[in-house]
Amino acid sequence: MDLSVINPILLLAALMSAATPILLAATGELVVERAGVLNLGVEGMMIVGAIAGFIVAVNTGSPALGFIGAAAGGAVLSLLFVFLTQVALANQVASGLGLTLFGLGLSALMGQSYVGVKPPRMADLDLGPLSDIPVLGRILFSHDAMVYIGLLIVLGVWAGLKFTRAGLVLRAVGENHDAAHALGYKVKRIRTLAILFGGACAGMGGAYISLIRVPQWTEGMTAGVGWIALALVVFASWKPWRVLLGAYLFGGITQLQLNLQGAGVAIPVEYLAMSPYIVTIIVLVILSADKSRAPGSLGRIFHASH
Amino acid sequence: MALATPVLAVLATMVFGGLLFAVLGKDPLQSILTIFWQPLFGEFAFYYRPQLLVKGAPLVLIAMGLALGFRAGIWNIGAEGQYIIGAICGAAAALAFYPLEAWWIFPLMVICGGLGGFLWAMIPGLLKVKFGTNEILVSLMLVYVAEQLLSSMSLGLLKNPEGYGFPGSRNLQQYASAHNAEIIAGSGMHWGVLAALIAVIFAYVLLTRHRLGFAIRVTGEAPRAAKFGGVNPARLVLFCLGASGMLAGLAGMFEVAGPAGQITIDFNVGYGFTAIIVAFLGRLHPIGILLAGALMALTYIGGDIAQSQLGLPAAAIQVFQGMLLFFLLALDVLTNYRLRFGAAEVA
Repeated sequence: MDLSVINPILLLAALMSAATPILLAATGELVVERAGVLNLGVEGMMIVGAIAGFIVAVNTGSPALGFIGAAAGGAVLSLLFVFLTQVALANQVASGLGLTLFGLGLSALMGQSYVGVKPPRMADLDLGPLSDIPVLGRILFSHDAMVYIGLLIVLGVWAGLKFTRAGLVLRAVGENHDAAHALGYKVKRIRTLAILFGGACAGMGGAYISLIRVPQWTEGMTAGVGWIALALVVFASWKPWRVLLGAYLFGGITQLQLNLQGAGVAIPVEYLAMSPYIVTIIVLVILSADKSRAPGSLGRIFHASH
Repeated sequence: MALATPVLAVLATMVFGGLLFAVLGKDPLQSILTIFWQPLFGEFAFYYRPQLLVKGAPLVLIAMGLALGFRAGIWNIGAEGQYIIGAICGAAAALAFYPLEAWWIFPLMVICGGLGGFLWAMIPGLLKVKFGTNEILVSLMLVYVAEQLLSSMSLGLLKNPEGYGFPGSRNLQQYASAHNAEIIAGSGMHWGVLAALIAVIFAYVLLTRHRLGFAIRVTGEAPRAAKFGGVNPARLVLFCLGASGMLAGLAGMFEVAGPAGQITIDFNVGYGFTAIIVAFLGRLHPIGILLAGALMALTYIGGDIAQSQLGLPAAAIQVFQGMLLFFLLALDVLTNYRLRFGAAEVA
């Protein structure tokens, strides 16, 4: 065992990148849940986003277009969820599970001829002198654009929910859909938009794994990140900044675990690989005592005649 | 309508599945026939029909347990993990006594397998009861933990010492006392199939004739009313998760002792997740689940045939199964609501 292999600065720098997929997916799901919809299909939308982005990026040679394709892929898949829960008024838990099962199969089908293909590399964003600051420059300012776009999305969601009229309406719909309906807000339209936003974010999160983190395509490569993102929203008490905190925590654990594997610690690889999931459970246990923050209409079916 | 929607969903899936296969460049009609007709009435049906029981048994066993919880609004979606742990515990119990031949080894494996799955499901159960933790997320996280445990076991503790360094345990099919052999040779009827049938009967009686089954149904329909009616929600959560975990563990144990034979890294093939579809397709009703399990087993077998004969990718079958769940959920609107076309009402 040689712990000196682990460079704390590089670890912190890698943490920001490791956290980005979870951050994107969890922020999207946060908006969905604040609108009162529980979409358990995050894993499915992520994996479809991962392969959609991969296909677009490989065929166009542009990772940026890849991420747009991933967002579109995730959003298109979430349309199925919209249809099931908003039009056919199906149970949200079952529909979300269905979305994940379907998404895993669909992605495997789409990705058949892309196994072993190398995607185009996304260059790190050139932030000029900022990147040259000792220590901090390496940790904060030496990443690809998606890391910062992820942070901007969190910022946007926070500000949007807190300061804008649209955010207020979205929260109203999530807290009490009957009251919001009585006030004349289009509950279904607002929820549909929220679900599409969640799908797009999850898709980009998935593509971050297939285009940047790994980078290649393997079946089922999101390996539960979508579920961790769902747990993170609970952990964050439905607050954007706490999602950021949680994502960095999980990013840190994932990265540390990978580094420990590399350093040849005496713990078997399998037990290290378990750690992010076990930590998720522990965190859920610690924080689930307080349920008061959950949106009031979360997971309930809305039908205008009720 | 409640009985018609699953049939409609299957038909819709066949139509859209056919379209999907056409997009993939396969003859849609031939693909559908290969999947649904060949295993039952084709040339080699004598070989495939027993497979129907082999593949259907774990699906029915797991789905039956899940359905109990789903009815009460308790979502155990980590059956895949409980299935793995059941298999590990069952196999470990047998391998601990290898090469002793005794009549009590197989019953001991059954107990250990069921207990393993039960305890694994108790983790989300107890956490939900004690701390109000979401059982969906915890049970699912434990699937990934179980998968890692499985690879650790097949590379470490349970690895075959005479396996020339290959990962995987000893083959239980070659260990007579532990082998879950067919009860009637060539029929596919092993002890797991029998267990699945018993589980279906047991669940049927429980749901229709027993007070506990009534509590499950009331809790699902109206949780508040159930509370006023004296149902103890905590006990119900533990019962539903425990029962589904035990059945999933048993399914894993019967699989590892019989059809699979050994603990390997890729021992689990997703029965725990497919069983969710089976439970819904069977409308969470014991008899329905029996039929749905048979149908789903058919798509597995037919899918394998289509893969080898027509070159249909394995993932296409997975998509096909996912589609089935979608159509089922979408068509449920017909059972739950009355559609009125053209009458745009101002509510």
